[in-house]
Amino acid sequence: MKNTKESVMKGIFFLSACFSIIALLLIVIFIFANGVPFMFEYGFFKFIFGMEWAPTNTPATYGIFPMIIGSLYVTAGAAVVGVPIGVLTAVFMAEFCPPILYKVLKPAVNLMAAIPSIVYGFFALRVFTPLIRDTFGGNGYSVMTASVLLGIMILPTVIGLSESALRAVPRTYYTGSVALGATHERSIFKVLLPAAKSGIISSVILGIGRAIGETMAVVLIAGNQAIVPDSLLSGVRTLTTNIVIEMAYATGEHREALIATAVVLFGFILIINSIFLYFKNREAK
Amino acid sequence: MLATKFVRGLVYLSAAITFGMLGYVIIFILINGVRFLTPDLFSWDYNSDNVSMMPAIITTLYVVGGTLLITTPIGVFTGFYLVEYANRKNPIVKLVSMATDTLAAVPSIVYGLFGFLFFVTFLSFQLSLIAGILTSVIMSLPLIIRATEEALVSTGRPLREASYALGAGKLRTIFTVVLPVAMPGILSGVILATGRVIGETAALLYTLGSATNIPGSLFNSGRTLSLHMYVLSNEGFHVDQAYATAVVLLLFVLILNGLSTFVSARLSKGGK
Amino acid sequence: MVTESPKIQVKDLKLWYGDFQALHGLDLDIPEKKITAFIGPSGCGKSTFIKSLNRMNDLIESCRIEGTIELDGRDIYSHKTDVNQLRKQVGMVFQQPNPFPKSIYDNIAYGPRTHGIKNKSELDEIVERSLKQAAIWDEVKDHLDRNALSISGGQQQRICIARALAVGPEVLLMDEPTSALDPISTAKIEELVAELKNHYTIVMVTHNMQQASRVSDETAFFLNGHIIEHGDTRKIFTNPEQSETENYISGRFG
Repeated sequence: MKNTKESVMKGIFFLSACFSIIALLLIVIFIFANGVPFMFEYGFFKFIFGMEWAPTNTPATYGIFPMIIGSLYVTAGAAVVGVPIGVLTAVFMAEFCPPILYKVLKPAVNLMAAIPSIVYGFFALRVFTPLIRDTFGGNGYSVMTASVLLGIMILPTVIGLSESALRAVPRTYYTGSVALGATHERSIFKVLLPAAKSGIISSVILGIGRAIGETMAVVLIAGNQAIVPDSLLSGVRTLTTNIVIEMAYATGEHREALIATAVVLFGFILIINSIFLYFKNREAK
Repeated sequence: MLATKFVRGLVYLSAAITFGMLGYVIIFILINGVRFLTPDLFSWDYNSDNVSMMPAIITTLYVVGGTLLITTPIGVFTGFYLVEYANRKNPIVKLVSMATDTLAAVPSIVYGLFGFLFFVTFLSFQLSLIAGILTSVIMSLPLIIRATEEALVSTGRPLREASYALGAGKLRTIFTVVLPVAMPGILSGVILATGRVIGETAALLYTLGSATNIPGSLFNSGRTLSLHMYVLSNEGFHVDQAYATAVVLLLFVLILNGLSTFVSARLSKGGK
Repeated sequence: MVTESPKIQVKDLKLWYGDFQALHGLDLDIPEKKITAFIGPSGCGKSTFIKSLNRMNDLIESCRIEGTIELDGRDIYSHKTDVNQLRKQVGMVFQQPNPFPKSIYDNIAYGPRTHGIKNKSELDEIVERSLKQAAIWDEVKDHLDRNALSISGGQQQRICIARALAVGPEVLLMDEPTSALDPISTAKIEELVAELKNHYTIVMVTHNMQQASRVSDETAFFLNGHIIEHGDTRKIFTNPEQSETENYISGRFG
């Protein structure tokens, strides 16, 4: 009697464990089965490196190169804005913050991660767009706007993981450095940070993954023109926003082209994720 | 030394930018939003004159409730299997781990697209509460699995051995001895999942849809608060109401964050 | 005993961790270019005391100090003292070897670089000299670019000694430098320390009585935050004045 219950429950636990594998398989199958055939029918290179995205033209063209470049631009921009600020804030949290203040700031970082992307997007739409329009010109919907916003949005990811990485460095490295007459700052920047390198790099990669996958905040402020941006102030369309903007009305081939866009995005994420896992495992060693 | 002071200045400056920006976002939303929180915005009916957010609040609760109802047992049971049953070298453990890591990295829009292709189209659920909930389930699952795994692992062996030594079976040990100790950790995973679903837009736009009414059944469409806010800010006609919605969203997030800070404080106390 | 003025002079040193008083008014003269050993049971305050000699206790927030410690007649706890200069003058070797996760070369060069030496040939020279002084040059000279964590524990500890020597200290504090090492490495370090005293004032905490009697010139016996007895090593070990000293030593010696 008891044994039946034990084995039934074990079976249920096992099935639950299989759920996430099945879910991932379903995602891969449905996205790829609906997107990959189109890519090859249309022509893989024409699709990836095509400069023109004009689904309503006859004949329609589906070149997503501008969106690939767009995603890379804003992600790189986010890294330029978010990584230095994030890593230095992590240094502050781990090595400079008084304990009383830390009790407030640690939940604040979590709060930052929890604010919905639509709220960030709306904030940027109301604050950054006019600010950039008035300061630098253009209409404010630009690579720069998206980069600054995404840079802020990846901060909690970079801060959280970099801080843990710094805290995981053996304290003896620090005391060893201080005992040689090095200052607090020098000990941190010349010994602790290099020792925490793997963890910090993986925090950055995770942040980059977040940035490249972000959709709803970007769609409000990036301008969304499907052309390769020629300056920081040009509008830009990313892989994610390409999907979300046109999915509402796309049918047939056009819809398949959007799913194929998701395949490319998925490919980027898989690459980023593998690099992340590589550094995470290296840190564990 | 000059270099030392410069470096310290950069560190303080960065922290100031980070937390200043957070403060700016919150205060900006509050200042611009609170005054538009009129009673009208909480009336039961939405119409084009009064873009009430009440239906969206109810729908948000539906989606969060439905999602947690499904994702919590699956996630927690997965944690049980990985930590308590499977041999660490078992290939299935590696496979689940890999799947969980990958799911955690999949962008919302890809979830949205998948939900649209699978639930909405393939299973013919149409844009509906159920399609939105099931999509959210898959999306939030990694959070619950990871939290459960960590919580279970951190309870330690002696606890289990003590129970086994008294002749308790595995199941009894898990549910009566291990689970209570691991509860705060699991709970913070559930809170995290709740936050993720509340803040989600991209994954729900093409699964839950954006109908303005409270869904009457699992197969009706609706919109969560975040979706409501997206539609309002995208249209550009209801900026004030978008601000007001943002205030309510922030309030939800603040409450959840407070809850999770409280739980993790309990967690670290329990650990000692 | 000591005719010339001591290198370090400690007067009525009291130290608290929060409410707990760890040191109760210590007085001690540490002679130049000799080896002074601190012995005593765990928790007697010997490690706490050695850490106050280069102000490593500053890192512990709840730590409070009264009394004076003079190095060459200057109070190291005076607000005029630059802590980093003090630590350059008073080097330290820890119980657990703690090389940085950098190359052997960069480990040794870290200190000199910290204190402003950038010239490559000058650094090369310091690295070679320090490694030679620490009697490990022959073992590592062909792979100075290897990660210092990849060599054996005994070698790591000599790297740490070389690293401490590279900044040109006058005093070398060693906090149980061999307790984490095997007997062969321990013998090598003891040999090295005996050699180093010709150039440096050495203060060493040890729980190993044989080690103290073998290498040190003077010994101080600590108990419950007091120095019970201090003097010539041979005398402490053969003919101690205090009964506590005798009990402790006879309990562990032999």
